[in-house]
Amino acid sequence: MAKKPSPRTTKGGKPAARRKAVQKKAPEATPEDLIQYYKDMLMMRRFEEKAGQMYGMGLIGGFCHLYIGQEAVVTGIQAELKDGDSILTSYRDHAHMLACDIDPKVILAELTGRSTGISKGKGGSMHMFSVEHGFYGGHGIVGAQVPIGAGLGFAHKYRGTDNVSVVYFGDGAVNQGQVYESFNMARLWNLPVIFVIENNQYAMGTSLARASSEVELFRRGESFKIEGEAVDGMDVLAVREAASRAVAKCRAGEGPVLLEMKTYRYRGHSMSDPAKYRSKEEVSKMRAEFDPIDQVKNRILDNKIMTEDELKAIDKEIKAVVSEAADFATTSPEPDPSELYTDVLVAE
Amino acid sequence: MSIEILLPAMSPTMTEGNIAKWNFKEGDKVSAGDVVAEIETDKATMELETDEEGVLGKILVAEGAEGIAVGTLIAVILEDGEDASSLDGITATVAAPASEPPVMQSTEAAPVPEVTAPVAAVRVEADLPEGTTFTNMTVREALRDAMAEEMRLDPDVFVMGEEVAEYQGAYKVTQGLLQEFGDQRVIDTPITEHGFAGLGVGAAMAGLKPVVEFMTFNFAMQAIDQIINSAAKTNYMSGGQIRCPMVFRGPNGAASRVGAQHSQNYASWYAHVPGLIVVAPYSAADCKGLLKAAIKDPNPVIFLENEITYGYSFDVPDVEDYTVPLGKAKVVREGVDVTLVSYSIGVKFALDAAEKLAAEGIDAEVIDLRTIRPLDMDTIIESVKKTNRIVCVEEGWVTCSVSSEISACLMEDAFDYLDAPVMRVTNEDVPMPYAANLEKLTVVSDERIVAAAKQVCYKQGE
Repeated sequence: MAKKPSPRTTKGGKPAARRKAVQKKAPEATPEDLIQYYKDMLMMRRFEEKAGQMYGMGLIGGFCHLYIGQEAVVTGIQAELKDGDSILTSYRDHAHMLACDIDPKVILAELTGRSTGISKGKGGSMHMFSVEHGFYGGHGIVGAQVPIGAGLGFAHKYRGTDNVSVVYFGDGAVNQGQVYESFNMARLWNLPVIFVIENNQYAMGTSLARASSEVELFRRGESFKIEGEAVDGMDVLAVREAASRAVAKCRAGEGPVLLEMKTYRYRGHSMSDPAKYRSKEEVSKMRAEFDPIDQVKNRILDNKIMTEDELKAIDKEIKAVVSEAADFATTSPEPDPSELYTDVLVAE
Repeated sequence: MSIEILLPAMSPTMTEGNIAKWNFKEGDKVSAGDVVAEIETDKATMELETDEEGVLGKILVAEGAEGIAVGTLIAVILEDGEDASSLDGITATVAAPASEPPVMQSTEAAPVPEVTAPVAAVRVEADLPEGTTFTNMTVREALRDAMAEEMRLDPDVFVMGEEVAEYQGAYKVTQGLLQEFGDQRVIDTPITEHGFAGLGVGAAMAGLKPVVEFMTFNFAMQAIDQIINSAAKTNYMSGGQIRCPMVFRGPNGAASRVGAQHSQNYASWYAHVPGLIVVAPYSAADCKGLLKAAIKDPNPVIFLENEITYGYSFDVPDVEDYTVPLGKAKVVREGVDVTLVSYSIGVKFALDAAEKLAAEGIDAEVIDLRTIRPLDMDTIIESVKKTNRIVCVEEGWVTCSVSSEISACLMEDAFDYLDAPVMRVTNEDVPMPYAANLEKLTVVSDERIVAAAKQVCYKQGE
């Protein structure tokens, strides 16, 4: 991923030219956009498949939450962001980091607990950060990232920039009290925050209907006067279009905005979850008919932008990058024991 | 290249499993997402999905096999264009070394180098220059001045909390700040501690320096997750990338006749948590100097004030940008017979007790800890070397208290200097009662400190 053009920025921090087309609210994307989204999402997919395999081999410890199936959400939103914007999410964070253009090597090395990992091996899958890339975690407690995201939006406003804060959280987190405390303050102070609910239908093993009295999650901001929108979270272009409107509002000081992304995760909640709470048919149907990567792939093929063979070549390249990252993650040394006591407090 | 399927670990503790069922036969075509097998462990049955598509070339571990180690090669998938000849040489040797799980270098086998915690570096408090003048002011005013000075020095510093702005502070600690700094920097929040503490954490992560006031620390229990899981741990979990330069402050400890939910001391709670600095000063000068140091510090600081002392007056030095180093205790009364160590309002009780002891011929040394984490044991041990006796005084519960910690540290590092067992004088181990007489019985008193001091001096009953 280090080699690919950044979806967020170009050199000098100016918005990429291709994003201008987006501003026009065009439902269709340029060929370059489609290829980029295909590459970005495929990288996430291949990265996480590798992470899943490595978890199975005992190389990754603890919990490992995969985003497979949900790739269109972060890809579509990230396409609308610029330098200085901040994003943060829960423990299901690998894809968000890739979307921020963070090197897959250091992410995978963190998953294996190595000194070369992005948190020096002290964070693990659920606790990763990169200020340099505007990525503020990687938070392990359900819902805790939401007020923090509001705080990042508060900082943008305090400093008088037009940057936005995007905070991703799931349909399980949406029932937490701190989420509503954050909605209230965000609207009260008009903070530039985009609350992105990644509604993948299942909060661990509990389906939305079993946990939520109101399942239309885009309405959850109504009593705080926060505008909400339900979006097809399996279609990267639909996501991007909704994000374009939301970002524009926030940059203009008219935030916050709430987006409910209707999406689906193919895997269990974490690697330990056999996902017995849903039918095989349900998952197969989603994979077969709504896969975000296939949707883009079909657009590319239908519009004759690339051939099947050219797309296969991209896949091969991505697999090679992931494979190289896996080698890096398994051959890097574990942290030096002297790291045990570093970073507890900021040394002066 | 053919694709090897190894028996995966499907939970953090799984080491082996049984092959309950194969859903495909050799020669069957499989697609990404297909469940190729069911794996059974002692806890659950799990489905083994494949990410790959191709033809199931070979099954190496038969259905029904039990106790298969994680990482064992159990099947091979042939990719597009591959034929069965790629399977030559692959045999079903379950325990073959090549199919051992690729375990990381074992920390059990290798000798683990000893790692010791670094000792907190403490800047010694500078002596005040000769001719320094003092202004007598209340603790409340000293705290307010500390915030105002830091806000003048650094535009990133702002104050938020319930009633800090228009109401001028529930305990009037933020009086006048709104008028000077405006509502962009002195911010009234809704009564939602969990949310606004978390918002403060986010602002700090972005580089601002929030001073988050809790109307009382009793309410901060609602925000405890954000304080501990977010503010305290993030620097470590990010390998030093994400800082949280902020102060959580407000009154802590027993108030007067407010009952169990509004009258307790949280010092030992926060002192338990690595990643936090915990300050609990007594005098107005220390309140000012330590709060300024806390706001300047790049770490999250828990700043525990005491409601009862807000109105107490002390001399505060007229020194520009006066700070007191975090992590350094202070000998507030010198003596040779017994050490009384305390913090916050406990220092008042200890000083009162020292006066009474002096009248009885016992010369007590009194130490004000000021900072609870890191705990300045050096100053305590220096004192014990001189007095050989110590009483820990704390307006809080005794179980797992700061006093307990001091006592344990003395056992480890100063046992040879002690001529008497360490004694703890704390509040009674009960929720704070409301009735005036019971409340009085619960909290620390100078009489109880006097009695304890006499006991460790073996002068009881004299």
